[in-house]
Amino acid sequence: MVTAPMTALTTSAFAMDIGTSSATPPTARPVSTVPTPSVTAPTGTPASAGPILIDIEHVDFFYGPSQALHDINLKIEEKKVTAFIGPSGCGKSTLLRCLNRMNDLIDGTRVAKGQIKIRGVDIYERSVDVIELRKRVGMVFQKSNPFPKSIYENVTYGLRLQGRSNKADLDAVVEKSLRGAALWDEVKDRLHTSGLGLSGGQQQRLCIARAIAVEPEVILMDEPCSALDPIATVKVEELIQELRTRFTIVIVTHNMQQAARCSDKTAFFYMGKLIEYADTRAIFMNPANAQTEAYVSGRFG
Amino acid sequence: MSAPTRHVFRSRPSAARRWETGALWVFRSSTYLVLLCGALVFGHIVFKGSHTVFTKQAPFINVPFLTEAPESLYVFEYKGEKKELGDRAFRAFKIEHPEAKDVKAESYVYSAGGIFPCIVGTVLLVVGSMIIALTLGVSAAVYLNEYAVQGRVVTAIRLAILNLAGVPSVVFGLFGLGLFVIYLDWNVSLLAGWFTLAFMVLPVVITASEESLKAVPKGFREGSLALGATKWQTIRKNVLPYALPGILTSSILGIARVAGETAPIMFTAAYVVRDKLPWQGLTSVSDFFFQGVMALPYHIYVVSSKIPQNEYTERVQYGTAFVFLMIVALIATTSIVLRNNLRNRYKW
Repeated sequence: MVTAPMTALTTSAFAMDIGTSSATPPTARPVSTVPTPSVTAPTGTPASAGPILIDIEHVDFFYGPSQALHDINLKIEEKKVTAFIGPSGCGKSTLLRCLNRMNDLIDGTRVAKGQIKIRGVDIYERSVDVIELRKRVGMVFQKSNPFPKSIYENVTYGLRLQGRSNKADLDAVVEKSLRGAALWDEVKDRLHTSGLGLSGGQQQRLCIARAIAVEPEVILMDEPCSALDPIATVKVEELIQELRTRFTIVIVTHNMQQAARCSDKTAFFYMGKLIEYADTRAIFMNPANAQTEAYVSGRFG
Repeated sequence: MSAPTRHVFRSRPSAARRWETGALWVFRSSTYLVLLCGALVFGHIVFKGSHTVFTKQAPFINVPFLTEAPESLYVFEYKGEKKELGDRAFRAFKIEHPEAKDVKAESYVYSAGGIFPCIVGTVLLVVGSMIIALTLGVSAAVYLNEYAVQGRVVTAIRLAILNLAGVPSVVFGLFGLGLFVIYLDWNVSLLAGWFTLAFMVLPVVITASEESLKAVPKGFREGSLALGATKWQTIRKNVLPYALPGILTSSILGIARVAGETAPIMFTAAYVVRDKLPWQGLTSVSDFFFQGVMALPYHIYVVSSKIPQNEYTERVQYGTAFVFLMIVALIATTSIVLRNNLRNRYKW
């Protein structure tokens, strides 16, 4: 396996990863004040015993002068699907894009306070190479953005960046990634045609294949289905269910049913604040917070 | 026709309808007027120039005109016969016919021979200056559009670039004379001409390159960066290739301008006449860059400013203009074909 990306993200910090983070108590509801949520969770299996991969602590985030995130505290578990929900402009996409520092691309943005730790490393620390970070934290965008290259070149793009050019090696990764993205059977006969010739849903799965080809640890999905029809949406959701065994997935969605269907944990954001964070079933069946309840029951947002 | 229909959708005269018709005709006639002007100019040059460039007999192309250097033309009467001979032919004639030694001949400079050195010079000037302009221009556009923090400084730079586009070409010529020819002591040379012409088209290249970079969707950049690409990897593999067709379009405009400008090269690169071709008589590689050349537009200027004008000078002028148009058309067509190929390769 390729372990090259490991090195630059301060290897020493990674060495102490799982041991310490799993020792921290499983996630609670940082903002909500109602006690004993997990008891009322209808699943009966809190399923939150997994180790913490991403630890967001007291994060304030600014676009220039305007504050987009207020004191966010969130622990994202490894090999789980975590959904961010909330009305438009609530900061869920902003937080997602903080996790692989895509916000760096926008002039005048800054994390003013707090830390985002992945495997214990503060990713906004000076010594962190953002390139290495993004190799480990992949992203799938709202608008599917396959490059105007062949399907094969799309999938191998990230690998070629890392200097891998062995044909057999690349072929294997292409097949593995496309199978992983449930796209192989549909495109195996036209790997060298343009990725833009695919349908919308296929394009989005191609983007997922492209993201998993570089074997990241985390896949961030920013409303991956919002431009897809219901059938394509179902396929992507099924795919998420398969990917959760190999990757930690964070998904932003406008579609509450989607969050309910495919996530283990759900965080509800409103006006730049994290209102409630709990097991998905708890959020939808038995929310602790009145605002959450109003939102998930469709009374606002 | 039957009786006038009176349904609700019948057309009724109204101000909006009259404006619609009027506007259409204003736009249409403007377009046709432009077309007419273009056709007149081109038609005139092609019609008159083709007499010089094409011949009625076998090769049908005036090969000497395209392959020889300019000479003076001597027109004289010999034994009741009117003769037109170029410089070399005239001298040979006088040796052959010693009795014609004192024949009275009218001479017209550059009206015989051909324009081969000018063709070579113009092609060299265009290729060199476009290489410089594209390298500098695309780099600057990439910096302004991809790297620079958008703010007052960048706005000021853009404004400066736009202003540069409004500077008359003769000022660029004087600038080149002052900086390259005199201060840097490059003399009248290809190198000085290249840089002067390149600076002249830089605003066009930068502006157009920036526009075509902007037209590349943001998603391509984000997608690439999210896979762990550096900024330069992203630009090189996933932005520039798609912007290239647009950049080429701008460079086509640039080529037409560079090839046609007279003022910037008259002080910096162009000789009125030079008997050697650029690759003749070189003693070192650097000699190539530090030699002046003849150029088509300057040749037209030189020949046209000879007084008196007559049928002999006119032939050269129109012939040169015709050849010049053909060369620009050829270079432009090549770029357009290249651009269209690229466009088909990267469609989104």
